Amino acid sequence: MSAPALLEIADLRLSYRTESGAVRAVDGVNLELQRNEALVVLGESGCGKSSLAKTLLRLLPRNAVAPEGVVRLDGEDILGYSEERFRREVRWVRIALVMQAAMNALNPVIRVGEQVAEPLRIHRGWSRRRALERAAEAFSEVGIATDFLSRYPHELSGGMRQRAVIAMALVTEPDIVLLDEPTSALDVLTQAAIMNVLKRIKAERGMSFILITHDVATSSELADRVALMYAGQIVEEAAAERFFTAPAHPYSQMLMAAVPKLHQQQPPRPIPGRPPSLLDPPAGCRFAARCPQRIDRCSEAPPSTTLAPRHRSRCWLHAGGKR
Amino acid sequence: MRRTTSVSETPGSEKPGSERSIGERPGNPSAGVATATRGTVATGGVEATGTGAVTTGGAATPTAPTYQQPHQPLLTVEALQTHFELRQWGFLRVGSVRAVDGVSFTLDHGESATIVGESGCGKSSLARTLLGLHRPTAGRVTFAGTDLATLRGRALKAYRAAVGYVQQDPYGALPPFMKIRRILEEPLIVHGVGTRRAREERIAAALEEVGLEPAHETWQKFPHQLSGGQQQRVVIARALLLRPKLIIADEPVSMLDASVRAEILELLRTIQRQHRLALLYITHDLSTVRHYAHRAMVMYAGRIVEQGPVERLLDRPHHPYTRALLAALVDPDAANAHQQRPIPAGEPPSLLHPPSGCRFHPRCPAIMVGRCEHFDPEEAHPRPGHRVACWLHSR
Ligand SMILES: Nc1ncnc2c1ncn2[C@@H]1O[C@H](COP(=O)(O)OP(=O)(O)O)[C@@H](O)[C@H]1O
Ligand SMILES: Nc1ncnc2c1ncn2[C@@H]1O[C@H](COP(=O)(O)OP(=O)(O)O)[C@@H](O)[C@H]1O
Ligand code: SF4
Ligand SMILES: [Mg+2]
Ligand SMILES: [Mg+2]
Repeated sequence: MSAPALLEIADLRLSYRTESGAVRAVDGVNLELQRNEALVVLGESGCGKSSLAKTLLRLLPRNAVAPEGVVRLDGEDILGYSEERFRREVRWVRIALVMQAAMNALNPVIRVGEQVAEPLRIHRGWSRRRALERAAEAFSEVGIATDFLSRYPHELSGGMRQRAVIAMALVTEPDIVLLDEPTSALDVLTQAAIMNVLKRIKAERGMSFILITHDVATSSELADRVALMYAGQIVEEAAAERFFTAPAHPYSQMLMAAVPKLHQQQPPRPIPGRPPSLLDPPAGCRFAARCPQRIDRCSEAPPSTTLAPRHRSRCWLHAGGKR
Repeated sequence: MRRTTSVSETPGSEKPGSERSIGERPGNPSAGVATATRGTVATGGVEATGTGAVTTGGAATPTAPTYQQPHQPLLTVEALQTHFELRQWGFLRVGSVRAVDGVSFTLDHGESATIVGESGCGKSSLARTLLGLHRPTAGRVTFAGTDLATLRGRALKAYRAAVGYVQQDPYGALPPFMKIRRILEEPLIVHGVGTRRAREERIAAALEEVGLEPAHETWQKFPHQLSGGQQQRVVIARALLLRPKLIIADEPVSMLDASVRAEILELLRTIQRQHRLALLYITHDLSTVRHYAHRAMVMYAGRIVEQGPVERLLDRPHHPYTRALLAALVDPDAANAHQQRPIPAGEPPSLLHPPSGCRFHPRCPAIMVGRCEHFDPEEAHPRPGHRVACWLHSR
């Protein structure tokens, strides 16, 4: 491994209690993030991406069981922090989250500027005036005219509101910004504009990003690294160059083939079947039921295998399962 | 400046929040959804091909215009406008939203076309006008030779049956507290299709067609017990139930994952081909049109700015807006992370006060000052079937 990671996640688990049993939404996730790196967590909806984000920020719903595993930020296990300490030292201060659909969750009766300034007042104890000045800077940074500070959310377009919630995540100058599906509800031009903003901020500010999305093409607009999630687990983690050109895991390969390419002559190929239920996931490889390369071993859980430095796959084909 | 004057007090303009759709039953999405019968005359004279026409029994055969007129497009849209009157405090007229503002195109029997544009450009308003859910402010829609505006009562009902609708937002499309069976039976009852048995068979066939067999298991379920992709399949089954000639699918895959998206588009294409249906596929994403439509129409601020064969439009786009849409799309490639993507400045205009001249001029990188902002571009025809409304190509 290279430099000590900024964020290191080891064997993270989270489940929800439901009437039908435990939903194992995050089931043994390992990940690492370096400084000034953008890690994309890619996966179909329902695979546990938002649960992973909420676990990292400890914004879990009531029916969540206490998470297990290790989350180290600069070497310190923040999962072990008390709620009070976590709130004071981590959330917003070092890791900020743009929640899924956050742009629709802005308070309709409070001016946008006040809302963007709020994390500074709460987490840094700044005065209203100073916080608003900083919010104005953040607005310019994400490309919104500062006169929008005094507008209400409904006066902003969807793209503007999305920029505003990104500005909100930037004001406290966290080390890591975690974005959960920041562009999924927007159309292509707005999406591209938002991705331009993120790229610029990453280059200028040296921030680290975790971008959660189901959209493969958009994910390539920021990714240094890609972690592909399937049914609560990471099945492949690789550098973006590797992942987008020659992914190793059968699911990664099939997902790439399902994505439409602008000038490709054959139509995209859907992956037959559906992901398993997280209530009672299969004991073996979770992708086995849909995998054309399945072998006998696949009825046992495959280990995560290192194929090259910082390239791992969870598949028997890479773990000496070949016959 | 040549601009059509807004006729905000036309009978067709509507007040938001008032009865804005002809015959749409509030709280009952399935009733507004039209579907029709193929090979069976269940809903009147709509069935033109009459392939092995069999009456399913119990169905009234109302007098309706005969639509049999060969060699004409299935759907002709001429200079269509749908404006929404905007009022403040319920009475003060503020102006009108020109959601559809001079749209013309035709669609042949069995042809599939796509309408592409950013959100808010009027795609859904156009779709809903074609479905008869909004009354046009001006212009004309002709379906199989009959002017939509002349349809009343049963004939209108028959038209509704001939056009299947896959509405935007699959999650909102299905009433949550009804079992799939009820949801699918409604339109059949509304359109007077036969006995319970006949309806059941029809529903089973439709569910199988969209890949939701065994039907008798699927129809016992509530929508929330199905995945997003499965719900969208139910919506498609519902659109097929009355065996339509045209399906209008409004952003059917925008909310879905790549794999499910490919599946649903594939399904629509198969159905369209097998039944020789005309399909109008609405999307904001040009990357999902290549294999799924013959023709593409690019819409901007209430108008169609370019249309032509899909391949041509994607490979040789002419309008600066089409080019911008294409330039914003990326194939998955690690190099994308290190390049700023060229995007036209600004946002789509307000349709309450659309820009003068070419509506794209405030954002256009190729603007010819002195012309573009004053005059509506004349339509150019770089090739037969390829039309562009842009001064770059008009002369
Ligand atoms: N509060 C909850 N209670 C029970 N199950 C939940 C809850 N939140 C999410 N889930 C389930 O956990 C799984 C993962 O969900 P989520 O993390 O939202 O996935 P993603 O963000 O990848 O779409 C899904 O099966 C979802 O239904
Ligand atoms: N019933 C209505 N009353 C008033 N305005 C409407 C109505 N329906 C749509 N609009 C407006 O018309 C414009 C086009 O909307 P829409 O047709 O939904 O666009 P799209 O489907 O391309 O996103 C928008 O400005 C929208 O607010
Ligand atoms: S008419 Fe002028 S402003 Fe409009 S798209 Fe063409 S060049 Fe641009
Ligand atoms: Mg999510
Ligand atoms: Mg729409």
